[in-house]
Amino acid sequence: MAAISIPRVAVDDNKATGSSGASLIEIEQLSLYYGASKALKNISLNLGEKIVTAFIGPSGCGKSTLLRCFNRMNDLIDNVRIEGAIKIGGHDIYTKDVDVIELRKRVGMVFQKSNPFPKSIYENVAYGLRLHGVKNKSALDEAVEKSLHQSALWDEVKDRLHASALGLSGGQQQRLCIARAIAIKPEIILMDEPASALDPIATTRIEELILNLKKDFTIVIVTHNMQQAARISDQTAFFYIGELVEFGPTAKIFTNPAQKRTEDYVTGRFG
Amino acid sequence: MNTITPSQYLPETQQQPGRHFRAEKFDFWSFFFSGLTGLATLFILGILAVILLNILINGWSAISWHFVSTIPKKDFFDASTTGVLPMIVGTTIRVFVMTIFVIPVGVITAIYLTEYAPNTALITRIIRAAVNNLAGVPSIVFGLFGLGFFINFIGKNMDALLHNPSAVWGQPALIWAALTLAVMTLPVVIVATEESLKAIPPGLREASLALGATKLETILRVVLPQALPGIMTGGILAVSRAAGEVAPILFTGVAYYMASLPSHLSDQFMDLGYHVFVLSTQSPNIEQTRPILYATVLVLLMLTFALNIVAIIIRARMRKKLRALG
Amino acid sequence: MGIHRGHRARPLEWLAEKFIFLVSLSTILMVFLIFLFVAREALPIFFGETDTALVQTVIPPDEADKLSPAQLQKYLELTPEQFASMDKDSLKALMEVKQEALDEIPEKFRNDPDARANTTDWHYLLLPHQWSDYDKPEYIWQPVGQIQKYNIVPLLVGTLKVTLIGLLFAVPLAVGAAIYVSQLARPRVREIVKPTIELLSGIPSVVVGFFALLIMATVLQKLFGYQTRLNAFVAGIALGFAVIPVIFSIAEDALTSVPRAYTQAALALGASRWQTAWQIVLPAALPGVFAAAVLGFGRAIGETMIVLMVCSASVMSWNIFDSARSITTTIAAEMAEAVSGGPHYRILFMLGALLFAATFVSNMIGGAVIERFKLKLEGKR
Repeated sequence: MAAISIPRVAVDDNKATGSSGASLIEIEQLSLYYGASKALKNISLNLGEKIVTAFIGPSGCGKSTLLRCFNRMNDLIDNVRIEGAIKIGGHDIYTKDVDVIELRKRVGMVFQKSNPFPKSIYENVAYGLRLHGVKNKSALDEAVEKSLHQSALWDEVKDRLHASALGLSGGQQQRLCIARAIAIKPEIILMDEPASALDPIATTRIEELILNLKKDFTIVIVTHNMQQAARISDQTAFFYIGELVEFGPTAKIFTNPAQKRTEDYVTGRFG
Repeated sequence: MNTITPSQYLPETQQQPGRHFRAEKFDFWSFFFSGLTGLATLFILGILAVILLNILINGWSAISWHFVSTIPKKDFFDASTTGVLPMIVGTTIRVFVMTIFVIPVGVITAIYLTEYAPNTALITRIIRAAVNNLAGVPSIVFGLFGLGFFINFIGKNMDALLHNPSAVWGQPALIWAALTLAVMTLPVVIVATEESLKAIPPGLREASLALGATKLETILRVVLPQALPGIMTGGILAVSRAAGEVAPILFTGVAYYMASLPSHLSDQFMDLGYHVFVLSTQSPNIEQTRPILYATVLVLLMLTFALNIVAIIIRARMRKKLRALG
Repeated sequence: MGIHRGHRARPLEWLAEKFIFLVSLSTILMVFLIFLFVAREALPIFFGETDTALVQTVIPPDEADKLSPAQLQKYLELTPEQFASMDKDSLKALMEVKQEALDEIPEKFRNDPDARANTTDWHYLLLPHQWSDYDKPEYIWQPVGQIQKYNIVPLLVGTLKVTLIGLLFAVPLAVGAAIYVSQLARPRVREIVKPTIELLSGIPSVVVGFFALLIMATVLQKLFGYQTRLNAFVAGIALGFAVIPVIFSIAEDALTSVPRAYTQAALALGASRWQTAWQIVLPAALPGVFAAAVLGFGRAIGETMIVLMVCSASVMSWNIFDSARSITTTIAAEMAEAVSGGPHYRILFMLGALLFAATFVSNMIGGAVIERFKLKLEGKR
């Protein structure tokens, strides 16, 4: 799945570029409104392929909202209006003829609170595959096993694949949700504070997992844990009250930020 | 500047620093108020207990296998030969036919209201108002509606279309009674289903949608299986409500006496609730009828109560399970 | 695999959504149909198309041609379908039958002005009338007989009498129990008591009626020592039982939905539990409690079987120890003997429409009060 690089038509001044490789997600002048209030303000950003990009910023800065624009989960909320464009692989995903369902198959998501279906572990992972028409038992078995291996859960659950997913611990449930997301082979995985409800050990395992996954997937992660962003991401974007303040290589953002506000935030002076 | 110290506005008793946290002197109003409301509660529970025990004790001694398995002769007031088999069958069938209509319509409406309907839209508010109003329409008005709409309008027109020489559908029948009850219990099913749909964590829907499931797929594969206990509760509550209702079937299908069991949707039927009414108001000798009356009431009560209790248990289990789900 | 497939790619999804929407409209359709078909059968009363006059001018069969078809149809009291299906000879035969019937009317009615009156006229329905054998104007409901008397005032009085007794009995008990269960009882007690009281609503109304008829009537008569064993008082108390769970559920719901922050603030200031319940929770929940009473009224006024079994004589009296016949009872008891399409039948439907309107209004008021109450608690107003 090669990213299609499209020559940009309009290059504007506050376009943030930090990506060294090809951009998979291009955000152009994006604004988002909840009713009358503007939650995202003229954001432009290019996200590279097969790297981890972290969105950081204080609560309410719009980082989760932006994340949910990439698979159009915001469509589910009434009164949300969008201006500007988001292109994935060169295709604008907000034009009328886009099939949201197809989009979501290509852009997977892991949520803040683990949300396994009240089914068996196996059925949780197979759910997406079944949706997309995989009926062959051996193909399903193979895909489930592979996904569970990839999400580093296989060894823990291989003996109880048909037990309820609700019996797993919090960290295991979250890794199951990751397995479920990667089973349908998306190009991009969105993670909305995936470790915020977990203990430090479970968090470490999720972080290791993310580093492994970036070989195969493009990952965008929202986090308010700055150490986490520093540990796992290649690129970091800092948001503040709906605006993109700074975007660049993670090392630069955390050691030598260009903006005063970024420095204040990453050094813990506010937020 | 003057500062007001507590000693200036609090009564002396409350100012002593070392005052113990002992109970105040006997608080009459507290006692009176708690006692009064407690008595009201006890009174209601007491009456309920009296009704149930009275029926249970008197009914239990009168009930027998012969009684519940016999088709009575025309004179069903005779305690030694009578039975209630046709009434049990009639009540069961009319309620069963009702569920076939009311559950799909009720569940689909609840799905629309929770999963699809835009919350603030006018049409949603109108549907909700309609559900509320339907729940409040007196049962006898449903009976009139069944007579005016199902029998006199639909049934008579069906007879005309089918060129029936005499009235087949244009008269009281099992199907019309069942349909009338279906309209009546529609809100019960809708409200119970809606409650169980709302209790499903939105995270599950999001997870499914984020995997590229369509709305319909999400509803069919994730939402409905979860809501199943709630839907069952709704169905059972509707059944138990309908089983005891007499007013809506008075003009739409119930028969005072039938020599055989109903065999066709256009047949009339006998009914437990109506039979209770007949036995208690038309008996030539109420003292002789009393035992069979009690036995009939007990059968009716067992039918409706058993269903109610099952519904309550399922609902309690469902709530517990959903709470575990977060 | 592109993402550009568009919504037209999923016709099934689209169809399903439309289907679900259409099915959900059925609730609106049902309310509409109920109103339409109950009102439809009652309409001729409102338009003055029914005529109950016993003595009519006889039209000899051979003068049939002088009448217009519409007049003839009305004279023979036929429905348009019946009229259309008859040929000339059968119409003539009917006219002969009618002539004979009119000729057989007893002499005493021939000079009675009441026998020539249309008693379905609204004067007769609502105002007292001095009938021939009576010495003063009276409200009388007596639909069977040579001269049918359709005054609905005794039924309205009967309905109100029974309903109000029921509410006076049920509201204090149900609201008291709701306060106790929601505010004062220990959680353990509440867990048991609440579903038990709600179980009361699972008792079919024929069973409540049966119990009132057999047991309560006797007990109450011994307690109060009145004359007639079965009367409006007994019916009202029994009706009260039937509506207690309705009022209790709604009132309890309203009381528990008062935010805990209120009660905790009061308790933290040193108020006792009953002071908190009486001074903080009850005033805050008052609209909800009021709505519970209104919805209880709607339920009570529409209850049929209890009143039907306990008392049913239509006497015009406000005395609660007299009998009473409510609207619901009248419909239930008389529909079977009313001739389909006749004036009696139509008046019963009119009563049904009246009942529907009354409960519709009380439901609207109750529903609106509850909705405003909830919005207010959520701080949206």
